[in-house]
Amino acid sequence: MTQLALKATGLVKRFGDLVAVNGLDLEVRAGTCLALLGPNGAGKTTAIEMIEGLQRPDEGTIEVLGRTWKSDANGIRERIGVQLQETRLQEKVTARETLTLFASFYDETRDLDEVLEMVGMTEKKDARVENLSGGQHQRLTLACALVSDPDLLFLDEPTTGLDPQARRRVWEIVETFKSGGGSVLLTTHYMEEAERLADEVVIVDAGKMIARGTPASVIGDLHADSIVELFPKEGGLDRLTDAALLALPGVTEVRREGATYTLVVDDTQASVASLLTHLNEVGVELHSLQTHAPTLEDVFVALTGKHLRDG
Amino acid sequence: MGNPLPRWPELRELTRHRTLAFLRQPEAVFWVFAFPMVLAAVLGFAFQGGERAPSVVGMLAGDPAWRAALEADELIEVEVYATREEADQRLRGGHVDLLALGDGERPDLRLDPVRAEAELARLRVLVAIGELAPLEIEKVEEKGSRYVDFLFPGLLGMNLMGTGLWAIGFAVADMRQRKVLKRLLVTPMRRASFLASFMLSRLLFLFGEVVLLTAFGVWVLDIPLRANLLVFGALCTLGAVGFAGLGLLAASRVKTIEGVSGMLNLVMMPMWLGSGVFFTYERFPEVIQPVLRALPLTALNDALRATMLDGAGFGGILPELTVLVIWTVLPFVVALKIFRWA
Repeated sequence: MTQLALKATGLVKRFGDLVAVNGLDLEVRAGTCLALLGPNGAGKTTAIEMIEGLQRPDEGTIEVLGRTWKSDANGIRERIGVQLQETRLQEKVTARETLTLFASFYDETRDLDEVLEMVGMTEKKDARVENLSGGQHQRLTLACALVSDPDLLFLDEPTTGLDPQARRRVWEIVETFKSGGGSVLLTTHYMEEAERLADEVVIVDAGKMIARGTPASVIGDLHADSIVELFPKEGGLDRLTDAALLALPGVTEVRREGATYTLVVDDTQASVASLLTHLNEVGVELHSLQTHAPTLEDVFVALTGKHLRDG
Repeated sequence: MGNPLPRWPELRELTRHRTLAFLRQPEAVFWVFAFPMVLAAVLGFAFQGGERAPSVVGMLAGDPAWRAALEADELIEVEVYATREEADQRLRGGHVDLLALGDGERPDLRLDPVRAEAELARLRVLVAIGELAPLEIEKVEEKGSRYVDFLFPGLLGMNLMGTGLWAIGFAVADMRQRKVLKRLLVTPMRRASFLASFMLSRLLFLFGEVVLLTAFGVWVLDIPLRANLLVFGALCTLGAVGFAGLGLLAASRVKTIEGVSGMLNLVMMPMWLGSGVFFTYERFPEVIQPVLRALPLTALNDALRATMLDGAGFGGILPELTVLVIWTVLPFVVALKIFRWA
């Protein structure tokens, strides 16, 4: 039997009339990463904060590393590492001083310089927090989460607001942690992040799970070979109909958004060929036509009709 | 709630963190340490007594018999006017204390008897023209009776209040706003260590604050320090800890810096006015005096004056100490109960 780093069942959290989390089950197998993927406001942060012990669930049970918050809160806190959304560390102290403070809370810690090395902050260790870039600050909060050498790491939107390069550096640090046997629970609204880091994703919307599995299997459930997006020139859009497009070979789903048509197709070559013929027949000229392999974003759109970044 | 006792390593690090963060903000250091000294110096010198000011007596041009006697008196300054209109106008404007009129043996005096300066001028005129024999007087010259002696303990108390409330209230609100409090909550850090670190860092600064300010007062402004230093030190510590508790209470639920600023001003305003910092609260109506005396800054100021100026011991400031202890324990207990961490 596989060991579970985390098991949460039937989580419910209400704020007045709003049900932020509505019956969520989550499991993180030891040594793996689970990503909670969903748009802003889907209840991801509420869910992860209940598991971190910051919010009390209205219903449901939580077991972290074989312990419950009721029976052994400090035992859990000693063994988890947490990066919250939007923590802004004290500005006047240095990176190393910050890390020293966090290390003082734990019975056992890693060597501080080793942690600084791991997050790539060795050169910046004597810089004050106020002089760090957004990416460096984020890596320092990661270091604070890693200083206790945790078994389970919680990351709440770890790369929001970072540029692509800074984002990749955060991903590398998480991968290093995982390769050392650590488990991770991650929330994100970036599908690239979930695809890259997660062994398993749980897609959430409005507090509920709407899909779960490995990134590949969740994408596979779309039964799509590729996604085709067409941008017709002025006036062309009116000459296209959902029904006509859906009748083309290989097209399984059609969606119109603004000036764009998106087709989910299960046979790229046949579909694109007949699509171009159809466009010629009805006299539609294209600005462009793009095809791409299906992503978690496409899964989310297919399931909810919304985009992940719509919030 | 976890273990109620602080743990040393994290208490040490939290305190160090607080201290470094404070010392690395030059403007904060200025307001805590330098500003009170500047204020004490400016006010102290401004209100230092010095020479006795002469009374100003106005008269019309002419040479009545009493003129020479007035002009010879060094406590009287004579102003001569060409017309009665001008003289009356100077009197109304308060430029002269009284008018001496007529050309008889003795002057006729025109004055507003309600004004203390006018009465003083009248007596001086009477002495000058020999109508009143001066009595023997003994001058009070000892330290402790000047305005600056009254003012200085009040400034010290006000400073203990201000830095206590601001240092704690501001830091807590700032940490809450930055979500640092929440971040600390998911570590095994004991909450008691966190709160104790505020008290400890406060005491560290307090030491510097009180020593610097008091040394400045004693050496530069010549303020007496007649108290037993142990009593004086214990009193300052109690005051500082008390206001730290009040600061913690003020910041226990506010979410923003703006919120805590308003809250702290609300707490401090009545005490700036009513706790006898710049002038004695005994000038306020009798009815509200018990209320004023129950304020922590009033108790601290009264006790500081009693110890510094009169050399009172613990026994002499017992009522004030009681008020301070209540103000130390109650807000702290309530703050712990209602404190919002996340």
